[in-house]
Amino acid sequence: MSCEPWQCAEIAATKKANPIQKPEIAVAMIKKASRPILIVGSNATERWMEGKQLIEYLIDFAKASKVPVVATAHMVGEFLKRGYEPAGFMSAMDIGNRLVDPEWQGLDGKGHPDLVLLIGLPYYMEALILSGLKHFAPDLKTMTLDNLYHPHASWSFPNATLEEWAANLKVITSKFEGGQ
Amino acid sequence: MTSKNVHVKIDEMKTSTGLIKNLEVSIGKLVNDNWTEPMGPTPMPSLTALRDWDMKLLNKYKPFYMPDCDLCCLCTFGKCDLTAGKRGACGLDIAAQSSRIVLIACSIGAATHTGHARHVVDHLIEKYGRRFPLDVGGLNVKVEAPVTRLVTGIKPETLGDLEEVLEYCETQITHCLSAAHTGQEGNNLDFESKAFHAGMVDQVGMEVADIAQISTLNFPKADPEAPLIKMGIGSVDTSKPVIMCIGHNVVPSVGIIDYMKESKLDDKMEVVGLCCTAFDNTRYYDRAKIVGPISWQLRFIRGGFADVVVLDEQCVRTDAFDEARKVHAPVIAASEKNCMGFKNRTNDPADEIVADLVSGKVPGVLILDPEKVGEVAVKVAKQIAPIRKKMNNLPSIDEIKSLAKTCRQCNLCQRSCPQDLIIPAAIKAAAEGNLAPLTDLYEECIGCGRCEEACPVKLQIHSFIIKAGEKFMLEESNLCRAGRGAVQDVEIRNVGSPIVLGEIPGILAVVGCSNYPHGGKDVYDICREFASRRYIVVTSGCSAMSAGSYRNEEGKTLYEEFSGGFEAGGVLNVGSCVANSHIAGAAIKVANIFAKRNLRGNYEEIADYIHNRLGAVGLAWGAYSQKAASIASGFWRLGVPVLVGPHGAKYRRMLLGREDKPEDWDVYDARTGNKVNVGPAPEHLFQTVETPQEAMVVIAKLCIRPNDTWKGRSIKLSHYVDLHKRYYGCMPQDLHLFVRTMADVPMTLKDEFTKILEAKNWKETVIPDPTLLPRMIRKMKE
Repeated sequence: MSCEPWQCAEIAATKKANPIQKPEIAVAMIKKASRPILIVGSNATERWMEGKQLIEYLIDFAKASKVPVVATAHMVGEFLKRGYEPAGFMSAMDIGNRLVDPEWQGLDGKGHPDLVLLIGLPYYMEALILSGLKHFAPDLKTMTLDNLYHPHASWSFPNATLEEWAANLKVITSKFEGGQ
Repeated sequence: MTSKNVHVKIDEMKTSTGLIKNLEVSIGKLVNDNWTEPMGPTPMPSLTALRDWDMKLLNKYKPFYMPDCDLCCLCTFGKCDLTAGKRGACGLDIAAQSSRIVLIACSIGAATHTGHARHVVDHLIEKYGRRFPLDVGGLNVKVEAPVTRLVTGIKPETLGDLEEVLEYCETQITHCLSAAHTGQEGNNLDFESKAFHAGMVDQVGMEVADIAQISTLNFPKADPEAPLIKMGIGSVDTSKPVIMCIGHNVVPSVGIIDYMKESKLDDKMEVVGLCCTAFDNTRYYDRAKIVGPISWQLRFIRGGFADVVVLDEQCVRTDAFDEARKVHAPVIAASEKNCMGFKNRTNDPADEIVADLVSGKVPGVLILDPEKVGEVAVKVAKQIAPIRKKMNNLPSIDEIKSLAKTCRQCNLCQRSCPQDLIIPAAIKAAAEGNLAPLTDLYEECIGCGRCEEACPVKLQIHSFIIKAGEKFMLEESNLCRAGRGAVQDVEIRNVGSPIVLGEIPGILAVVGCSNYPHGGKDVYDICREFASRRYIVVTSGCSAMSAGSYRNEEGKTLYEEFSGGFEAGGVLNVGSCVANSHIAGAAIKVANIFAKRNLRGNYEEIADYIHNRLGAVGLAWGAYSQKAASIASGFWRLGVPVLVGPHGAKYRRMLLGREDKPEDWDVYDARTGNKVNVGPAPEHLFQTVETPQEAMVVIAKLCIRPNDTWKGRSIKLSHYVDLHKRYYGCMPQDLHLFVRTMADVPMTLKDEFTKILEAKNWKETVIPDPTLLPRMIRKMKE
């Protein structure tokens, strides 16, 4: 596993993501957060691991962890098709824009998220949104659950194979009560 | 309008009042202005003349920054780390720096189009004279230069009139760029306002370039039935000598085509083009062919199809020369802006240059005389074609299989690919004898060649992909309508009312480059969807090519399936990059011709009209360039929303509205002066969309305007809901923001709407005569 940016030229300056060396670290961060959200991008139906689409892993995780999901692009329809209703859906730009607004009170109107999990956006889009959050929401913790190292996140898994990714997602899900 | 320099000198003159000696009077300009329209408040606006208008827009659509780089490296104090609130040595923060980069990009784009326009106008004045009349559509187009009239207050009648317009543009671009110097502008919103200014000026520069070339070179003149042009590598007769022109400036190509015709070689040779030069070649000569968009340069050169490569300006691969040399195709650089390091042979005899290129004594030359470019290119192509025999630089299938075995599976190709294409797996399969995965990459590859630069064992990966997709490449033979230029005044009269009232649900302009996330098919699908829904679909540039590159179930291309008129369900290609000005022009002409608003120097009022009433959206699905940035910026200042595909996020700044903030969506009702909340219409001014499905839903939504009648709103909402249900699998959750009275609700959806409106505690409101400008409020009657 490597902590080089997945896209070679995606270089950060002085603030780079802490590598998540094992999935339990991600679990601890999620459990510690009081208002986490999970942003799911359009690659959720493009990536396959062990014969399953990424979105299926994410539904398992969301159900287990109760982390509210924001579906970007047309992913809301893909979730609904699979019997899971995300907490919200909006464009990737819109959710990024709300997250840099400290006044925004979250999808439920009860408070600003304190941890943002991102997964499944095109790498370069996710990198840019993470950069926006790094610069303009410095108090917000960000974590990517992709298998690609994202230097602009607060926390990122190193580059990993699809098999390792699937294993990590399964471990994370299993550590929540609903994922047992 | 005509203007000229006047100089009067009197050595001695006796008059009734006395003797005048040595009187000298110099008048810079004598204006013969027969345009009776009164001058508006902002002719030739300065850098700040429209700042208040910009701030109105920027208050609704605040920048959302996604810095593409944490550093500033523009001065020797740097590099400065601007991460998360740190200021650089000059005091600038990352928000201002991000907007500064936007300004620089827009200034580069505006300078590029305006520089192009300057070259074209100077050349055409030299050839045809200053008094040559402008004619972009005969009797069908009386408002010949709507953008120029609006911005500068000038109504140009001759080629010479365009010089003053260009002088204005050049001055403003210089000011815009100078504001980006260290220690000049420091506020992010002021940078944004200046970027808008650059974009507005860019529209003028583009318009000047296109109306000059349409008028003199007899391009289609606002013709809805402009000829259908052959397009694709498969449409080229490669048994003939082939001259390939790459870039945007038609002037050298005109030299080639003229010489070919004069020499009676026009049926014995092929002139093909890539990028916008292709379009303008076909507007000049309908037997010229379009090879494809900008991203196909390597395909065509490495494929060996070109016997001579002629480079003009903009978006030309800077390694085109190296690539052409590998297939022994001589290169002629024909633009001062793109000399390629070649020796300037402009003043050498043509036959001497031809001999040097054919013999291989020199691989390329710089020729800045377009007529000489024509003679040399034609003669070289004719002589070298039998020698080159279409030599290519593509590996054989067996070579690919063998070379693929040297791959280390290091993933650097994929990690360098802008598309994140799964190249290592395709190479591995090729090593095992299966080329199908490589073939699958052909459609999605954007032809940048970064994979090859990254490969530690120097595999020619892009060539592998081309070879694997060769069958598709050679079969590419489609039709594109030649760029028609402007929209006729009569077309505007016919559609003005249904557009402004909302009964034609919108105008979709699909423009820009070919940096697509998954190939050009998405462009075709989006255009076809909206044309089928009776939107007006306008195309230009590389997107216009992609729109014509696929066929329906009956085998018809988009341009055969739909009319070329500016009408409901029309798909009209206006032409090359500079023809984008006609799209802005059409919007402006709706305000002028249909609504009778004065244009002259009246920018703010017209932009306010367009923003609140004209359901127009731009989509640059594959935008990549600084020119695309400035084109978008020109539309922002007019209040027209622009969408970009996922790569467009790299423009690093969006202009986003917040539908959850009702206070952002008040307008004045010009009838009463009351403030009315009209909801997020349109919601955004600049937005990246992630997938074509998302693009379709967002386009329908962004066509909603405060001025829609209930009937128009009902039609727009029915399209929005239909697309939302199809692609998102559910009803939109924001319908309550767009329903003003129950009459807005589509009849067939009444029950579904009612549930949502009740759940959202919706309240009825009024349909205003919307404006953001207090001065447009009419006095209430006593």
